[in-house]
Amino acid sequence: MVDPEIPVLTLEDLGVLRGVEQRDGRIVVKLTPTYTGCPATLAIQLAVEAALVEAGLPDARVETVLSPPWTTDDITEDGRSKLRAFGIAPPNRASGPRALFGEEVVACPKCGSTHTARISEFGSTACKALWQCKACAEPFDYFKCL
Amino acid sequence: MSLFSFVLGLADDALILGHRLSEWSGKAPMLEEDIALSNLGLDLIGQARLYYQYAAEIEGKGGSEDDLAYLRDEHAYTNLLLVEQQNGDFAVTMVRQLLYAAFAHPYLQAMQGSRDQRLAEIAAKAVKEMAYHVRHASEWVIRLGDGTQESHARAQIAFDDLWMYTGEMFHVSDDERALIAQGIAPDRAAIKPAWDLTLHRVLREATLQRPKDGWMQTGGRTRQHTEHLGRLLAEMQVIHRAHPGVTW
Repeated sequence: MVDPEIPVLTLEDLGVLRGVEQRDGRIVVKLTPTYTGCPATLAIQLAVEAALVEAGLPDARVETVLSPPWTTDDITEDGRSKLRAFGIAPPNRASGPRALFGEEVVACPKCGSTHTARISEFGSTACKALWQCKACAEPFDYFKCL
Repeated sequence: MSLFSFVLGLADDALILGHRLSEWSGKAPMLEEDIALSNLGLDLIGQARLYYQYAAEIEGKGGSEDDLAYLRDEHAYTNLLLVEQQNGDFAVTMVRQLLYAAFAHPYLQAMQGSRDQRLAEIAAKAVKEMAYHVRHASEWVIRLGDGTQESHARAQIAFDDLWMYTGEMFHVSDDERALIAQGIAPDRAAIKPAWDLTLHRVLREATLQRPKDGWMQTGGRTRQHTEHLGRLLAEMQVIHRAHPGVTW
């Protein structure tokens, strides 16, 4: 299963899969949302439900888990490399207020230069900001810390 | 105040402000800001959904989040008056956003420690999004205030006009006091120093004047709204009311 907005990431790479368990003879898949208002949350849930039916598990269900809240630190190492290869700068580590209000250093996913600047705080999806590389002039998405 | 009423108030604040921001979609001053305002609105509507889902569960009448959002009239809504104020020009929208976010961020920080586990969980998620709202609105208010004569004047007018709606954010009703005593609701009055500090920093850098505290308008929590909420709800609810139970 991949993320509908960033199709190079599996749900596991993204860190939204919180586990699969058996409860009263039924399979329960536990998912956590990224941003509360992310439209992909519902799309992901429906896709997982459809896949479960296809796999011959019509009784299985999907459960939403809020705690602990998802953070960009939940994106796996593998997921971070895939993001970079896809042209999206992965989020800096240790998300939190310090990362948010301090000056961020973001490396260009194309040439690796850190001579970059933020163009817009908000990008094509809730999780991304728009940046540009001053070295190679590439405009790119940065996966914001959350 | 019941837990239901308290959660409903939080939900209404988030939904109404989220809807106001969505009104900018497609007509903001520039593309980046169009996307930004839509994203901020999306965060708030997402938070509203979590609160409404919880409120519907507490109510226990089999209702859904949609029933609470789409089938209540103006005099059943309990949002703060600040969030229902019209978008006005870009300065009004950004100043309103700063006034609210500078309150909501520390309020959610406090609610992470609520003895109600569900509220603590929702707060832990929402607080991170709200931090971005504070940063974005602060940057714009500074840019507008410390910008041209025109942008400075408009930002100052926005503060002057909206100021009377800020007192309500910190007004603790007698009903709410019981929930605060139980450790469920944060004490909104205790949030004031954090809000003052954020406002002080931003206003100073923006070269804007903090308006004088005068008469503070309240009433949102007791369902007495300004004339603007009715029109907002009419637009937001029309499809659902014209076609009950519609899905797409």
